[in-house]
Amino acid sequence: MSILVFVESAEGQVKKTSIEAVAYAAAMGGDVTAIALGNNIDSSELEKLGNYGASKVLHVDDERLNQGVIQAYSSILAKAMEDANAEVLVLANSSLGNPVSARVSVKVGASLVSNVTDLPDTSAGFKVKRSIYTGKAFANVELSKDKKILAIKKNAAEIKETGGTATVEKYSVDLSDSDFGAKITNTDKATGEVLLPEAEIVVSGGRGLKGPENWGMIEDLAKELGAATGCSKPVSDMDWRPHHEHVGQTGVKVSPQLYIAVGISGAIQHLAGVNSSKYIVVINKDPEAPFFKAADYGIVGDAFEIVPKLTEALRAAK
Amino acid sequence: MKILVCITHVPDTTSRIAFTDGDTKFDTNGVQFIIGPYDDYALARAVELKEQLGGSITVLNVGGAETEPTIRKALAIGADDAIRVNAEPKDSFFVAEQIANAAKDGGYDLILMGRESIDFNGGMVHGMVGELLGLPSISPVMTLDIDGDTAKMTREIEGGKEYLEVKLPFVAGCQEPIAEWKIPNMRGIMSARTKPLNVVEPAGNGEHTKLEKYELPPAKGDVKMIDADNVGELVSLLKNEAKVI
Ligand SMILES: Cc1cc2nc3c(=O)[nH]c(=O)nc-3n(C[C@H](O)[C@H](O)[C@H](O)COP(=O)(O)OP(=O)(O)OC[C@H]3O[C@@H](n4cnc5c(N)ncnc54)[C@H](O)[C@@H]3O)c2cc1C
Ligand SMILES: Nc1ncnc2c1ncn2[C@@H]1O[C@H](COP(=O)(O)O)[C@@H](O)[C@H]1O
Repeated sequence: MSILVFVESAEGQVKKTSIEAVAYAAAMGGDVTAIALGNNIDSSELEKLGNYGASKVLHVDDERLNQGVIQAYSSILAKAMEDANAEVLVLANSSLGNPVSARVSVKVGASLVSNVTDLPDTSAGFKVKRSIYTGKAFANVELSKDKKILAIKKNAAEIKETGGTATVEKYSVDLSDSDFGAKITNTDKATGEVLLPEAEIVVSGGRGLKGPENWGMIEDLAKELGAATGCSKPVSDMDWRPHHEHVGQTGVKVSPQLYIAVGISGAIQHLAGVNSSKYIVVINKDPEAPFFKAADYGIVGDAFEIVPKLTEALRAAK
Repeated sequence: MKILVCITHVPDTTSRIAFTDGDTKFDTNGVQFIIGPYDDYALARAVELKEQLGGSITVLNVGGAETEPTIRKALAIGADDAIRVNAEPKDSFFVAEQIANAAKDGGYDLILMGRESIDFNGGMVHGMVGELLGLPSISPVMTLDIDGDTAKMTREIEGGKEYLEVKLPFVAGCQEPIAEWKIPNMRGIMSARTKPLNVVEPAGNGEHTKLEKYELPPAKGDVKMIDADNVGELVSLLKNEAKVI
């Protein structure tokens, strides 16, 4: 089986979620070709994808693709699926992967499933498990078309190093003006920060923190843990924190190893964004806060005392 | 400005999720249905754009007769008329085909949707409709302003945002803070009763996936409480028991 994997990069490096996508394709068995777009990524970085199971990497070395132009990306991926004779396209769920995979699925007539949480079952037909109802349930679905596209959730596959290297080949596709119909005029992006959707540890604050001026202790704790920072919806609605930190049903859905919630009540809409975390720690002064029911570890008390103490204890334990 | 807003009819965000019929059907028992929260943002922005620029808003839902109260709510919020494609929304491609078919001769300047439905969370229908109609599709859109025949938008990306310009018409998947959710007022509710709601039959049957079975996650274990005076214990549990730090 030939599998194509769409690989995204950030700050010149392949994203961890895309490495997971390569590892997922490798675990499916079959011949894995990865494809990367834009000229802001090094060949040496792409060769490393061999270590996760790709035998070949197609590189579309085109400056116009340094930003995620949805239509142009879709046209390239559809053509690459055809050229590589790929039966399956694998990619990570992301703000770019999702809209792109939707268009590619129409172009090539593929069955598309997003939020895939496990490897496919190919014992009879081609079936995958996906998360639905914002992580509150799962659906097992069969993909009935010959071509398939899987947009995978974080942690759908384990990253295994194979020690291999991949050959990098230049690849190009003729693009038309309509592929660039939507013009990206600028981007605003945090650099050097741990990105929330990809983070292994997340420290989140809620309205219990009283105001934006109190986020210093949250940032200190996050820094000590190498964690990303998140928040509840009212906190971003009040502009205490930037919108891309808002976690929950209507915000980012995270799947870290550890989620630490400070001064967040645990409304069901917030829980919807964190229920695929491996471990949850809740710090809240109200012993009746609903979040404790979803937690693995809990501390009842004042965040303003506990958070600095916790940061200190972590530092001491190093 | 002719705007089409596609809305879902989904369980309230506080609903308990359960299944029946050998785990092949969603259990609607005691469940309150609402307009999808992201679709509600799209509708709210459509209402604002209409106030600003004039024109009309059509809402569209692919669903059975049970979705009509939800469609009426969208009419009460400010849509002028509605289309219901009379079919069970089987998968995202099926829905996209119905929407594209209903929209293709409508002369819409703008097709607004939610970033994702909150039942299937696919986040896919807008991209598929864009491709089917040969229009740009942008999602997730955080702000949207129209200046003549051009729209200026911001799109959320991991850790930040992107600024875009697109010529009308196009398809957008919306999310906050594009607009504030609107609550229907009495006049809206009264007038919604008589606004046109056209029921059309589905075209094609382009299902690309088949549901096999639903499943609930395993139950969560008990929470371990740690004394506020002993945060050191939490650190050692995270290190030695959970092994996550
Ligand atoms: C359709 C819909 C979608 C929504 N989507 C989301 C979403 O995506 N994400 C989201 O977060 N919310 C969402 N909400 C809102 C959600 O219902 C809650 O209102 C929100 O999560 C509450 O935020 P909070 O926990 O920060 O604030 P509160 O509910 O006000 O809780 C504050 C908590 O802080 C505790 N506290 C106060 N002082 C201290 C202290 N000194 N030390 C420790 N603890 C303290 C309190 O005991 C309380 O539990 C949505 C709502 C709707 C209707
Ligand atoms: N059955 C439906 N009827 C009308 N619009 C829909 C339907 N399903 C999805 N949509 C639209 O497509 C968006 C994305 O849905 P999804 O791809 O299912 O996450 C939703 O927010 C709606 O705007």
